[in-house]
Amino acid sequence: MQIDFTHKQSAHCENGVVSNLMRHNGFEVSEPMVFGIGSGLLFSYLPFLKVNYAPVFTYRAMPGLIFNRFAKRVGVKVKREKFTDPRKARARLDENLANNNPVGLQVGVYNLIYFPDEYRFHFNAHNMVVYGKQEDNYLISDPVMEGVTTLTSKQLEKVRFAKGAFAPKGHMYYPIAFPEELRLEEAIVKGIKHTCRDMLAPAPIVGVRAMRWVAKSIKKWPVKHGPKKANHYLGQIVRMQEEIGTGGGGFRYIYAAFLQEAGEVLDKQDLKDFSREMTEIGDAWRDFALEASRIYKNRSGQAEGYDSISDQLLAIAKREASFFKALRKAI
Amino acid sequence: MKKKEVPQDKSTLEKANIKDMVYAVDENGEYVTELSTGWEPKTIALDNAIKVIEERVEEARQRVLNNESSPIEYYMELHKMDLPILASYVGFWKWRVKRHFKPAVFKKLSPKTLQKYADVFEISIDELRQLKNQ
Repeated sequence: MQIDFTHKQSAHCENGVVSNLMRHNGFEVSEPMVFGIGSGLLFSYLPFLKVNYAPVFTYRAMPGLIFNRFAKRVGVKVKREKFTDPRKARARLDENLANNNPVGLQVGVYNLIYFPDEYRFHFNAHNMVVYGKQEDNYLISDPVMEGVTTLTSKQLEKVRFAKGAFAPKGHMYYPIAFPEELRLEEAIVKGIKHTCRDMLAPAPIVGVRAMRWVAKSIKKWPVKHGPKKANHYLGQIVRMQEEIGTGGGGFRYIYAAFLQEAGEVLDKQDLKDFSREMTEIGDAWRDFALEASRIYKNRSGQAEGYDSISDQLLAIAKREASFFKALRKAI
Repeated sequence: MKKKEVPQDKSTLEKANIKDMVYAVDENGEYVTELSTGWEPKTIALDNAIKVIEERVEEARQRVLNNESSPIEYYMELHKMDLPILASYVGFWKWRVKRHFKPAVFKKLSPKTLQKYADVFEISIDELRQLKNQ
């Protein structure tokens, strides 16, 4: 069986699944719109948590949050199911497909065979849509892929029951109730306000404060950890910033696209100016990545350039701080 | 970023036929999406991360050969896992898995326990007992 489902590639998997599922149900919402309303933009530094033997840096909200906030703000009801028994998980999936209902799944990346080896890490917050089944093959719409693909039931079970941090536990989700008319205006304002609050939060691990903390830490890394580890940490920042799904510049470009679209929906010209400024901030993040790569190109090389890159990050933090203060006032 | 400035550098994505989608502005200042084959700063970062893993695998292999650790640690590194991830896959406490790294303890493990590890690594118990030659 195959549900008539339109696959559209997106930059980020979660936005993409939401956008594609919404379109399937007759509501055209762009990826940036989902991201903006769901307050996806963030910066966070969790030095006490290690992934791949380096601290965690993230440029976006926790997995699942974007869809939850988006759904709540536009009045869509989402049903979520988790399973302990893989057989039940599979039966529920098949039931939905038989009812002509494509569903979103949270999966682990490590055993996704269609990804290149180098990209297969134990990352458990990837999202995809299943829109049909032919014999033992599930039809998969993975938003980061250009086209659709398939997984056997065994392969799918493996990624649905990946273990480790954020283990998906067969997590399946789909919208079950929609508003009569999709009204974005109020949702956009709520989404923007939330992002301003996050970015300016008085906590050291989120927003511009976290950026300043990272900037200050970068300076100390070469002495504290030696050049090899310092370069590894720096590489981790750039990977999180520019990994598949970020749309470039640590989600800043997607957010700029959202502000542009929001400006049209709300008929607010100044949001388009904010969009332009956010694009330039994205460019500054790209420059930061480029400079960082010059340092870590030579993995165990000299620990030079750390001071200047730290200043670069401090400058971005300053810019984002005044950006979100102004945006909060304008909205 | 301007649409025409979207980098099209070489990367490992190409051989898997994946292109990265990025957001950029066109000549009218409107946001559009563009596909990218890769960007060097990020490719270097990824290559370096892979090298870190390869070094860890090799170090673990040496430790096993020197009888300082058990093959479980080697296979853990080979599968890009760390202790918490492996522990959650086999369903043991972390300290138990760590204990199984000790060659003396490893030798006495029951077939049932070994099978759990072998299943996670998708190998046979025999393969688990010795390192694959590679």
